[in-house]
Amino acid sequence: MSWLIYLLFGVGMAFQALGAIALHRFPDVYTRLHGATKCTTFGSMFIYLGVMVYGMTMVLSGDASFMALPFHVAIIMLFILITNPTGAHAIARAAHRMGIKPKQAVIDELGEADR
Amino acid sequence: MTGAVLGIVFLFSMVIYLALSAGSGSIIFWSIGEIAFGILFATISAVIACRIFPALGLKPRVALLNPKRWLLLLAYSFGPFLFHLTKANLDVAYRVITGKIRPGIVRISPGLRTSIGITMLANSITLTPGTLTVDIDENKDLYVHWINVDEEKDRMREICHSFPEWIRRVAE
Amino acid sequence: MTLFDPGLMFLAGSLVVLMLICIARTILGPTNPDRAVALDTMNTLVVAAMVLLGTSFGEIVYIDVAIVYAILSFVTTLYISKYLEDNA
Repeated sequence: MSWLIYLLFGVGMAFQALGAIALHRFPDVYTRLHGATKCTTFGSMFIYLGVMVYGMTMVLSGDASFMALPFHVAIIMLFILITNPTGAHAIARAAHRMGIKPKQAVIDELGEADR
Repeated sequence: MTGAVLGIVFLFSMVIYLALSAGSGSIIFWSIGEIAFGILFATISAVIACRIFPALGLKPRVALLNPKRWLLLLAYSFGPFLFHLTKANLDVAYRVITGKIRPGIVRISPGLRTSIGITMLANSITLTPGTLTVDIDENKDLYVHWINVDEEKDRMREICHSFPEWIRRVAE
Repeated sequence: MTLFDPGLMFLAGSLVVLMLICIARTILGPTNPDRAVALDTMNTLVVAAMVLLGTSFGEIVYIDVAIVYAILSFVTTLYISKYLEDNA
């Protein structure tokens, strides 16, 4: 069972790292939001899955204090999945209303609609 | 109408309370005290919601409680959504490493009418390949930041995949 | 029963290193939305680190704290973006 936990944690940490690096690789707010939101949401999901499997193995090996862990982590996973894109959308809209233009953009239909 | 709000809020509060207090006792998973407190707090939340929701102009839609829609929602999240979520992350990982981007903001009209449907679609396409919802206008058209603009291909198909058909069946 | 799991502690420590990378963007960020993005990313990392620490010490209560932190950080993000929008 432990190889599955290592795999889940490894993939999760890799995506979290990509999310943090994306903040420095991309040129402007919108592209940074792409990297940050998608990668950290996906990475968190894998970490939570790893924690759930870890808790279940602890329960199977006789430690009953981990019984409630999977339920709580499932709630947090669901919550992150709903709130993260909503927050990203709020920041993107605020940035556009502040008048920040997407860099290197080949097309901007929202900017045209505002004019 | 008031009864519907009361029932729905009570149900959801109770489910969340039970999930948070699972493993506390011997009646399946819960102790008798936890169940009693759950019913108490769920009732309080439902009564408060009854006061607040009409003032905010929120109307309950009882049709959404149909179990068939919830099964479809499950099928949607574990089928096409999960597939495109994985694809999106590999795509973004590739772009983070190589730095190849061709961004732009485009407008799409998915043709969904209800606000819950449009919210689901906006969140879904924020989490899927190379797209990020920026704004929405009065006609429920979405403005989408697209990290790799491709003018030749069909825009709706490239951004939304099969999501609007699924969401129409789940939430409209 | 283990008191804490060193492997999970190590993972939480790596998340703290990633948070430092995000803090660099918070300081550098040329515009305010950039800083908001970095803060939002950092909140997600903090929640993940809290869950890992809670599991490592075997305390379910820490995970309840993480749930409350996630809710509050979501509200904060919405509030910051509303503030930025109104000041435009």
